[in-house]
Amino acid sequence: MRRPRYHANLCAYVCIPMRPGEEWVAFKMAERGGRGSGGHGSLDKSITLPPDEIFRNLENAKRFAIDIGGSLTKLAYYSTVQHKVARVRSFDHSGKDIENEPLYEITVQEEITARLHFIKFENTYIETCLDFIKDHLVNTETKVIKATGGGAYKFKDLIEKKLGLKVDKEDVMTCLIKGCNFVLRNIPHEVFAYQKDSDTEFRFQTNDPNIFPYLLVNIGSGVSIVKVETEDKFEWIGGSSIGGGTFWGLGALLTKTKKFDELLQLASKGQHTNVDMLVKDVYGGAYQTLGLSGNLIASSFGKSTTADKEFSKEDMAKSLLHMISNDIGQLACLYAKLHNLEKIYFGGFFIRGHPVTMRTITYSINFFSKFDMLEMDRLERPLVNLPLLKDPSTYIPDTVDLTDDAMARKYWLTCFEEALDGVAKRAAASQPDSMDALERAEKFRQKYWNKLQTLRQQPFAYGTLTVRSLLDTREHCLNEFNFPDPYSKIKQKENGIALKCFHSVIESLDSLDWEERQFALVKGLLAGNVFDWGAKAVSDVLESEPQFGFEEAKSKLQERPWLQDSYNQWLERLKEGPPHKCALIFTDNSGIDIILGVFPFVRELLSRGTEVILACNSGPALNDVTYSESLIVTERIAAMDPIIQSALKEEKLLLVQTGSSSPCLDLSRLDKGLAVLVRERKTDLVIIEGMGRAIHTNYYAAFKCESLKLAVIKNSWLADRLGGKIFSVIFKYEVPCQ
Amino acid sequence: MPAFIQMGSEKHFSSLHTTLCATGGGAYKFEQDFLTMGDLQLCKLDELDCLIKGVLYIDSVGFNGHSECYYFENPTDAERCQKLPFNLENPYPLLLVNIGSGVSILAVYSKENYKRVTGTSLGGGTFFGLCCLLTGCSTFEEALEMASRGDSTKVDKLVRDIYGGDYERFGLPGWAVASSFGNMMSKEKRDSVSKEDLAKATLITITNNIGSIARMCALNENINRVVFVGNFLRINTISMRLLAYALDYWSKGQLKALFLEHE
Repeated sequence: MRRPRYHANLCAYVCIPMRPGEEWVAFKMAERGGRGSGGHGSLDKSITLPPDEIFRNLENAKRFAIDIGGSLTKLAYYSTVQHKVARVRSFDHSGKDIENEPLYEITVQEEITARLHFIKFENTYIETCLDFIKDHLVNTETKVIKATGGGAYKFKDLIEKKLGLKVDKEDVMTCLIKGCNFVLRNIPHEVFAYQKDSDTEFRFQTNDPNIFPYLLVNIGSGVSIVKVETEDKFEWIGGSSIGGGTFWGLGALLTKTKKFDELLQLASKGQHTNVDMLVKDVYGGAYQTLGLSGNLIASSFGKSTTADKEFSKEDMAKSLLHMISNDIGQLACLYAKLHNLEKIYFGGFFIRGHPVTMRTITYSINFFSKFDMLEMDRLERPLVNLPLLKDPSTYIPDTVDLTDDAMARKYWLTCFEEALDGVAKRAAASQPDSMDALERAEKFRQKYWNKLQTLRQQPFAYGTLTVRSLLDTREHCLNEFNFPDPYSKIKQKENGIALKCFHSVIESLDSLDWEERQFALVKGLLAGNVFDWGAKAVSDVLESEPQFGFEEAKSKLQERPWLQDSYNQWLERLKEGPPHKCALIFTDNSGIDIILGVFPFVRELLSRGTEVILACNSGPALNDVTYSESLIVTERIAAMDPIIQSALKEEKLLLVQTGSSSPCLDLSRLDKGLAVLVRERKTDLVIIEGMGRAIHTNYYAAFKCESLKLAVIKNSWLADRLGGKIFSVIFKYEVPCQ
Repeated sequence: MPAFIQMGSEKHFSSLHTTLCATGGGAYKFEQDFLTMGDLQLCKLDELDCLIKGVLYIDSVGFNGHSECYYFENPTDAERCQKLPFNLENPYPLLLVNIGSGVSILAVYSKENYKRVTGTSLGGGTFFGLCCLLTGCSTFEEALEMASRGDSTKVDKLVRDIYGGDYERFGLPGWAVASSFGNMMSKEKRDSVSKEDLAKATLITITNNIGSIARMCALNENINRVVFVGNFLRINTISMRLLAYALDYWSKGQLKALFLEHE
């Protein structure tokens, strides 16, 4: 839930839910404005808490954009935030004691990242909010504020006066479309389809590479309907005056409820059938001839005339919601039909993820947006599809949809809950020199815990729910509390140890005959993947006799046939077919996995004349090897091994970053550089290893070329699900069907 | 209905040797009651069939030599507004919008060939129902009467309230309603409008919506004549003229709103 370049125009139609604090702010500030100047103690207090949280990072805000609609003002600003990032750097080894020195240097640096913030408030509070912003804005470089919406005209002078910035007006429709295109292209799980009475009510859509043409129905105070054909070709084709403003206005009149969210609350508890006249009220049943169900609404508020008693607020609110939502849905369909459009996206403040609203906006509910903060640096390098995906438009990375699968969901939520204490402890322990590590770790633990609890109640709260999203959210929370890489020291240690064993592992492999060696290499990949520094027993063994640990792991691997076993076909392929032109390997863990498992395998591929692209995470996640670590590790291995060394020199071994900072792998959002390289080198083999990348995601992914998916299942529940026991081996060799 | 059936029973309707044809939903809903309470067997007929047959029949016989069907010229101009006859001799294809409690929209291609295109639940029942709740009125006539004296622009948020004038980019005139009841979020404004204003706003909202849906249907079905009938339009000149104007304005003169003397 909640994620081209920052566009001033993006401000236009992004809406966020009103959080309790926000309403509180608005109210308090109104008091402040109302009482005029004055040093009331309570007024001063209102500046400290919620406003800080709502207007985060305001001091460094550099660019502002504001969209003033019929009822609500939407403000977006671009600001910077300082946070810690772990970096690795190679030591200069010349003439030093190589044996005892750590493999590389880890530094934790303060870096500045850009963030995009989104706020909204009612127009009545515009003046007080502007005052607040002015008071807290420190950065004086900004000279201009972009503005759109009707209010850009109406409030221009007020804004210029209050903020001392020049108002630069932009056309609201252009902003709307640019924002919509941006979000459709870049934010995963922005879009979902809603199906009432389905097991999975929300079906989140992956970013479709072809977003055009579409119909955008923006529901604000009123409704605007825009047909979007290309990036630059769009047209306002109609609208309706019955929108969010109508719901709010009529709702306020009928129920005396002033707040929009309260109205929705009332609606969720109401029975519209008490207020509406249904077909069965007219016909005594269904209208058979036309196939109209008896439960359809024949006339909204139609019972009002005949009822003896008063209606409850809840019932009226519900009826109102139905009335308006149905109407909008109908109109949207009529427009879509007229213009031959198959995709309709609904946006705007009115919907807000409310099931009843969405339920009644029938047909293609495709658009919803719920932003909090958007990390800019994620978007600075464009993310694209892997060119080798068989069908990018239907590719879904995740193997299991936890919103769909209640049992799986319960299991994983519990699993993550149970692991949380350990994760928090490890985070704190990774920064022993920091004064507030414990405090931050506790905040992290609390925040992630709350998210898990929310997900228990509302699985759809943060968008699609998968093991990947749970893992990724945990990483984000860790980052937020300045634990950018809790495993960094552990990884460093393991890398150092594994490097020491590299040479002897290679020696023993080279002594085997060809067929034995192929099998040993595969076992090496799998065995390396078993290692999990989280398990103390494993780490103990590794400390004392790392190579022994590795050999033992190899011998302890599941006997064949493996749970998924196409090794024979792979062997056949190696025997009968020509060497692959170029292999793309998505790596998993640091240490033994990459050094003693992946690299020997890479070396064998290179010896056959196959080029290798080694793709590692752009940012840290668990104990996964990162791109920057891989550079150092490769350098060290090259120093020991001529095959690797010459491959590096001749650029037959290439190291790239994936664009991801996740333990899982979304092949539709990869670094563009990787995609370009894959095409250039005519990659014809994709290798994915590890549970995160080959099982939690991509288990069913189909490619245009040959692929290998390898993993050892380290989770007994998952193993059981897939039909095996813990430490079952998955070895999938797949060939595209002709 | 029960009272009516009771009356029928007292007056021995069942001894009449003619068939009682009945249509509308109640023909199904009250069929049993008619039988048990009034000893009357109904001959049920589909309401839309009847509607179409009725419209075509009534136009064919005319209205005392006048045309049954008419349209409005200059609908919004109080002075110059005129009812002019419309010749429905070759009526097909026709879009028929029946506005009762709810709305049904039919595309009629020939006497026997028609289909129900769609409908909406925002109809006469909604107008009346909302009015009762908002103003405390108790009859349809009273509601209409209040509406005729009200100013909906106080209740609705217009384009000019948001943009300070026309919004040229969209081709929206300043007087167009951007958000129905959009001003009512503000307590101040809620306190300043009258019941009449609310009644008018309700009428305008429902009428415009029907017009909008009718217009979209006409475009989708490639029909340029839209006949509005139903009891919602009985004595409701405001709605008729608004429908006439809206259809003409938003279709840039391509569509014509037609009405019947005996709606």
